[in-house]
Amino acid sequence: MIFRISRSCFSSISVKLPPFKVHHLELDQLPQTTTTTSAELLAYYKSMQLQRRMEIACDNLYKQRLIRGFLHLADGQESIYEGLHAALTFDDCVITAYRDHCIALLRGDTPHQIIAEMMAKQTGSTKGKGGSMHYYKKATNFYGGHGIVGAQIPLGTGLAFAQKYNKKPNVTLIMFGDGAANQGQLYEAANMAQLWHLPAIYFIENNLFGMGTSIDRASANTKFYTRGDVIPGIQIDGNNVFQVRETLKFAKKHCLDKGPIFIEAMTYRYHGHSMSDPGVTYRTREEVQQQRKTRDCINYVKNIILENKVADEHQLEEIDNTAQNEIDIAVEQAKVDPVPPSTELTTDVYVDNQNHFIRGILYKDSILPKSQ
Amino acid sequence: MINFLTFSENLPSNQEISKSQFFSPFIILIQAILSQNKLKLHKQLNKQMQLLRRVYQFGSTKHRFASDITSTNRQKMNLFQAINNALDIELGANPKALLFGEDVKFGGVFRCSQGLNEKYGTDRVFNTPLCEQGIGAFGIGLASVGYTAIAEIQFGDYIFPAFDQIVNEAAKFRYRSGNQFNCGSLTIRSTWGAVGHGALYHSQSPEAYFAHTPGLKVVVPRDPIQAKGLLLASIRDKNPVIFFEPKALYRNAEDEVPLDDYELELSKAEVVQQGKHITLIGYGTSIRVLKEASKLAEKDGVSCEIIDLQTIYPYDGQTLVDSVKKTGRCIITHEAPQTCGMGAELSAFIQEKCFLHLEAPIKRVAGYDTPFPLVHEPIYLPDKFKIYEAIKQSVNY
Repeated sequence: MIFRISRSCFSSISVKLPPFKVHHLELDQLPQTTTTTSAELLAYYKSMQLQRRMEIACDNLYKQRLIRGFLHLADGQESIYEGLHAALTFDDCVITAYRDHCIALLRGDTPHQIIAEMMAKQTGSTKGKGGSMHYYKKATNFYGGHGIVGAQIPLGTGLAFAQKYNKKPNVTLIMFGDGAANQGQLYEAANMAQLWHLPAIYFIENNLFGMGTSIDRASANTKFYTRGDVIPGIQIDGNNVFQVRETLKFAKKHCLDKGPIFIEAMTYRYHGHSMSDPGVTYRTREEVQQQRKTRDCINYVKNIILENKVADEHQLEEIDNTAQNEIDIAVEQAKVDPVPPSTELTTDVYVDNQNHFIRGILYKDSILPKSQ
Repeated sequence: MINFLTFSENLPSNQEISKSQFFSPFIILIQAILSQNKLKLHKQLNKQMQLLRRVYQFGSTKHRFASDITSTNRQKMNLFQAINNALDIELGANPKALLFGEDVKFGGVFRCSQGLNEKYGTDRVFNTPLCEQGIGAFGIGLASVGYTAIAEIQFGDYIFPAFDQIVNEAAKFRYRSGNQFNCGSLTIRSTWGAVGHGALYHSQSPEAYFAHTPGLKVVVPRDPIQAKGLLLASIRDKNPVIFFEPKALYRNAEDEVPLDDYELELSKAEVVQQGKHITLIGYGTSIRVLKEASKLAEKDGVSCEIIDLQTIYPYDGQTLVDSVKKTGRCIITHEAPQTCGMGAELSAFIQEKCFLHLEAPIKRVAGYDTPFPLVHEPIYLPDKFKIYEAIKQSVNY
């Protein structure tokens, strides 16, 4: 994929940011515009397209029953992940819930590893033992990947504590949804963070529905950015990759200086909560289509690219096709990979692997315990 | 003529009706008849019927076994429809029954509460926010002031945030208040067990954790008929009950379920299949696996007696002991990990009571001591072949 490096490749394009809503902060502390370059724009576009294509490929694989179990797709929310990837470094910890495929991709896993993990193959990110909800990457400080709603929040607070204790110039990004914002654990953790001034960013992906329940039927206070009480908060448009990026840059400075912060990113998921949820029993199909037409995060970047003549439709289509090819190759590769062997059933329970007799489905396939 | 003694005995402790309260509808009834006010008459008749229905459990019959139910008024239902029917009956008969949990309003993720919100209104069937600890505690509070709280925890794996509330608050409420207060009208319904692709957090069987808590009752049905009867009995039982519904059977288990209001006794195990040579004990989804394993054993001439525990705690030890004294051999199976599962407790109990009657050690065929796996589920679960092998080992001991 070669595109002409034009004169304007590194010249800056100014982008106006949508308005912020703040809580215990001054609006003038936050930027109103930001700059980007054409190379950066194309990089965001390609990355978000790759994420989108990967999620849709997973959808197809689930319908073919090659991925089984519970699958939670994040298409529609790509700009959040792209924004956090742009603002934070690999030394900043990230921890999230189960809608974690895109973050796994940005934190160092290849599409092949991610899709293989969902198909429970040996070549997956977590040896095929975790599945869709459990991606981790120690090298890039990605702490997963959690199935129980809200459980990652106090965990992330602990990570932030460790960072402060070790005097690291890094923050922890703790991501969760609007549904999890009603978990008691959040308030316990946020209280500790504020008390001890921990570098924790509590990031709420508000996609307006906690599974099948809309925010106003689940939360008494739907202004999630204010739910931190004395902790400052910012509400942003999560579908605007630039606003996410700038806010997180500001948040990182704030955390290292003062303490925790709440960020609420308004966004939307096109799929239902999971593949078992059609997504239209609690919202209309028209609403989903409307969101796709007017608030799609990839279209936003595409429009900026086209307006500033960074690339034309044809070149963008080429990028789309490249992304699609990459995903297709990953899917084909993952399909032929083997599942983890039966011995993996009892490994990694404790530090020292136990010595079990594991009965195979056919007795002759059983694994005998190793002789002492 | 109404017998006052039986009336006061049958009265649920959470509904105090004074003598004047009880008689006043009759007086108004007579007045209405005399004044020939048809509307008033109709209203009073309804009120009286409702009162009678609640006090005398009108139409609700208690049975020991499902086979005792002679009703021909049946309909083919699967497990979630039977649960739905049970909830419908209770919400209809008991004006103080409330059903709540995550996403129950639109029908629930497994369709157990389908149509109930439309029928009974949002003040009785409603959604809660995503907070299991809140749901559990809220239910305890409601129950302690006399409401019949039916709390739903969407997956048994998510019950742990509420664990403190259930174990420390609900189970010990009556004890610590010297019987001044109780949360007996609390029932927690949750889904349970492997479903084929649930992996770590949608397949757990947490009954052992709650069976270790005196003050609670734990119930697991095996089929739609049992589920309806046991659920109604659990809701009406004057102790907090945790009712686990095997999610794998929601659509797969079908039966001709009686449409009446009936209850099946709690703390009673059922002998599902008579046998001579070995006793197989299980509950929930395991009963189907045991039946298949016993078919394999039949070919070898081994006649298996299968017992469904039904109420996990307090369990019906007498039925188990009678059976093992007859057969002399025993196998217990469950999906939960082997160490400290129900198999461990039942083995200890049975060997204590039947030591000299045993011909072979009691075997437990259970899940491995690992987290519930993702793709290794078929080799993790205690399937019919593992049980058949255990039967052979036991018989040939």
